[in-house]
Amino acid sequence: MTTDLENPITEKTSGSPQGGQSDFIKVKDFSFNYTPDVRVLKGINMSIPEKQVTAFIGPSGCGKTTLLRNFNRMNDLIPGISHEGTIHIDGQDIFDRKLEVISLRKRIRMIFQKPNPFPKSIYENVVYSLRVSGRNNKAMLDEVVETSLKDAALWDEVKDRLHDSALGLSGGQTQRLSIAHAIANKPQVILMDEPCSALDPISTAKVEDLICKLKEQFTVIIVTHNMQQATRVSDQTAYFYLGKMIEMKDTKELFRSPDCEETERYISGKFG
Amino acid sequence: MTPFSDSKTSKRKGRGEPMVWFSAMWLGFGMLMIIVLLSIIVKNGLTSFWPSPVVQVELVENSEAGLKNSSTLAGDVRKEQVRTTAGESGEDVHEIQLFIGNREAYNTAFRFVMESDIAEKSFPKGIMRAERLEYGDMIGYPVRLELSGGETISATDEKFAATFSKIVKEGNHRRDEIEHIEKDLIGKINRSMEAIKMKRPRSEGDEALNKELDQKQAELQAEYEELAKEAKEMRDLQTVNTLFYTIPTGEERSIGTGNLIDYYYPNQLNVFQRVGRFFARIGHFVTEDPREANTEGGIFPAIFGTFVMTILMSIVVVPFGVLAAIYLREYAKQGPIVRAVRIAVNNLAGVPSIVFGVFGLGFFVYFMGGSIDSLLFSDRLPTPTFGTGGVLWAALTLALMTVPVVIVSTEEALVAVPRGVREASLAAGASKWQTIQRIVLPASLPGIITGLILAMARGAGEVAPLMLVGVVKLAPTLPLDTIAPFIHMERKFMHLGFHIYDLGFQSPDSEAAKPMVFATTLLLIGLVIALNGFAILIRERLRRKYKTGAF
Repeated sequence: MTTDLENPITEKTSGSPQGGQSDFIKVKDFSFNYTPDVRVLKGINMSIPEKQVTAFIGPSGCGKTTLLRNFNRMNDLIPGISHEGTIHIDGQDIFDRKLEVISLRKRIRMIFQKPNPFPKSIYENVVYSLRVSGRNNKAMLDEVVETSLKDAALWDEVKDRLHDSALGLSGGQTQRLSIAHAIANKPQVILMDEPCSALDPISTAKVEDLICKLKEQFTVIIVTHNMQQATRVSDQTAYFYLGKMIEMKDTKELFRSPDCEETERYISGKFG
Repeated sequence: MTPFSDSKTSKRKGRGEPMVWFSAMWLGFGMLMIIVLLSIIVKNGLTSFWPSPVVQVELVENSEAGLKNSSTLAGDVRKEQVRTTAGESGEDVHEIQLFIGNREAYNTAFRFVMESDIAEKSFPKGIMRAERLEYGDMIGYPVRLELSGGETISATDEKFAATFSKIVKEGNHRRDEIEHIEKDLIGKINRSMEAIKMKRPRSEGDEALNKELDQKQAELQAEYEELAKEAKEMRDLQTVNTLFYTIPTGEERSIGTGNLIDYYYPNQLNVFQRVGRFFARIGHFVTEDPREANTEGGIFPAIFGTFVMTILMSIVVVPFGVLAAIYLREYAKQGPIVRAVRIAVNNLAGVPSIVFGVFGLGFFVYFMGGSIDSLLFSDRLPTPTFGTGGVLWAALTLALMTVPVVIVSTEEALVAVPRGVREASLAAGASKWQTIQRIVLPASLPGIITGLILAMARGAGEVAPLMLVGVVKLAPTLPLDTIAPFIHMERKFMHLGFHIYDLGFQSPDSEAAKPMVFATTLLLIGLVIALNGFAILIRERLRRKYKTGAF
């Protein structure tokens, strides 16, 4: 299993035992409005370390998905948005006018709550991000399909039907296919928006194992409503409430002794 | 007592839902009308090909139905009807309509006979029915065959059947050859002559070129005369053998065997022969050129013209409509202007088709065609090439007329593509155009094809605008052939819809054309169904391929 995970990105890691730089993603005084009157994020400040899993938790409507969608600028599709403050990823300002949003999205991949396979074959689904980048070398694509599907723990289930439609896969398989599709292009960051909320416990367990493995190669940010999941998969946890980040620290510590009363009330199930 | 007793439920059942029944009734009514219409067309269209037996009737004395001072008529029964006579004491009279043929002898091909006027009906075995090049069918008794060598074979001679069959076949064969010479070989010479004529203005003052052209022209002229002579000789051969026959009135007439296309003895056929002849006649109808002001022969050029025009229209309308819809739905900022454009597009579908015809004539034919002529075909002016109606202009006019249908259904299909799939594609680093091209368009293809089906159904059946932009009563040359450049977009063409109008309302003998009208209508419906069926087949395959998953 470990041999599959060896790839150029792991080799790049710096000395830190937990992975790379500690402020790989740096959010500074970030506020976000859907319309001028609706402010959903208020002065967020946070640092997300490289090659670790960071969980965002909080009640519905607290802004965690909105922040996640800002990391790869998916919110650009919504008319009328505005923001203040900055987000730097790997030292680069993602709102820089010179930055092409397409190249950003190739580096910062996103996995959605509801898996959305394209109406194409499994093979074509995996290599989609390579194809749109104009990389069509057959041998290279074949290799990428195999390593990505192996990394996504889906290879054994689909290796005999790579050219069948991806629409025939089960829900859990489809979500793992989305992960294979996301890692095919070797991104830096993988954003996951409640990736297990539509899955059964067995599929969830598989995806969670996968997330733990992914952090060897990628920086993972996961939004979840399931606090057990956060404790199982994440290294840091950030708690959001009403558009503010209340606190963020090591997951075990946060769940053992939260600094804020609100966090404690939420994680102990008193509201949310 | 329980609140759900039997009496209550049965009461509710019994009352039913009147609105459901009411709407179902109207749907049923609509379906019924369509079925009745279709079955009338199918019945009348198909029965005109059925070789029905020929009845010979002896009329009572002083009957008004008699022709040529004879009391005998023969023909196949086309209609039986009850007519109320004019006057105060209107009586119901039973009468039959006979197709008596022999139009050159009777000056009519149909005759109504009152049942009360008929003394005797018989089905004589020996009566022959023959399809001729001119004057419609012959119905009569063969008497003798006079051959070119002076030999005469009586119809009672046992050699008659074989010899006659051989001669008619030879005649048909020779006719094909004459057509080949006149249409293909002489046509080729004509085109070469035309080319020489085009070069003439440039050769002025150039002695050498002039001489060369003169020589070439002389060669072509000689070749032409040779071919023309050959054709004339063959044409003469067509009339050296003569068939003598008597028509039922007793008069003896004759015809050159080269004018006969086919013959049979309608009262001698068994069921299988009848069925065989039925399909053979359908086959002739769809593969042959029309004759006799379109009332005889086949309608192949009209089928082909309709087909080519509809395909051309589809080729134009789909990219045009799809691109317009993509801009409207995906790129344009949704607001009052886009809404106004959308309303305008929808209203375009409601503009009377003749208006599109007038527009097509003014814009495509006169403006665009005229410009093309003055730029590219100026040597041929004043004879227009593109500056007159043609299949290209007709297809463009119809494309313009049907483009709203494609735009509307494409837009609906684009909207129906789930947002999640688009986001997944954008999140994979695809640009907007890549997302549209790779994800959105394939998923909306079934909807686009639905638009195409509707456009074809409307376009293929349209007649009014075509009359202005390129449809003609008789087009001897097809828009596709083996002469370079193979597709002749500028050619005028025949169209099934116009053919129906022309046969039913413009032909000299509308009674004779009636079966043709039904048969043509049947074919037009069949063609539209076939084209649509093909598109539906493709759509079903695509639907299976792109069906949205369980999620």
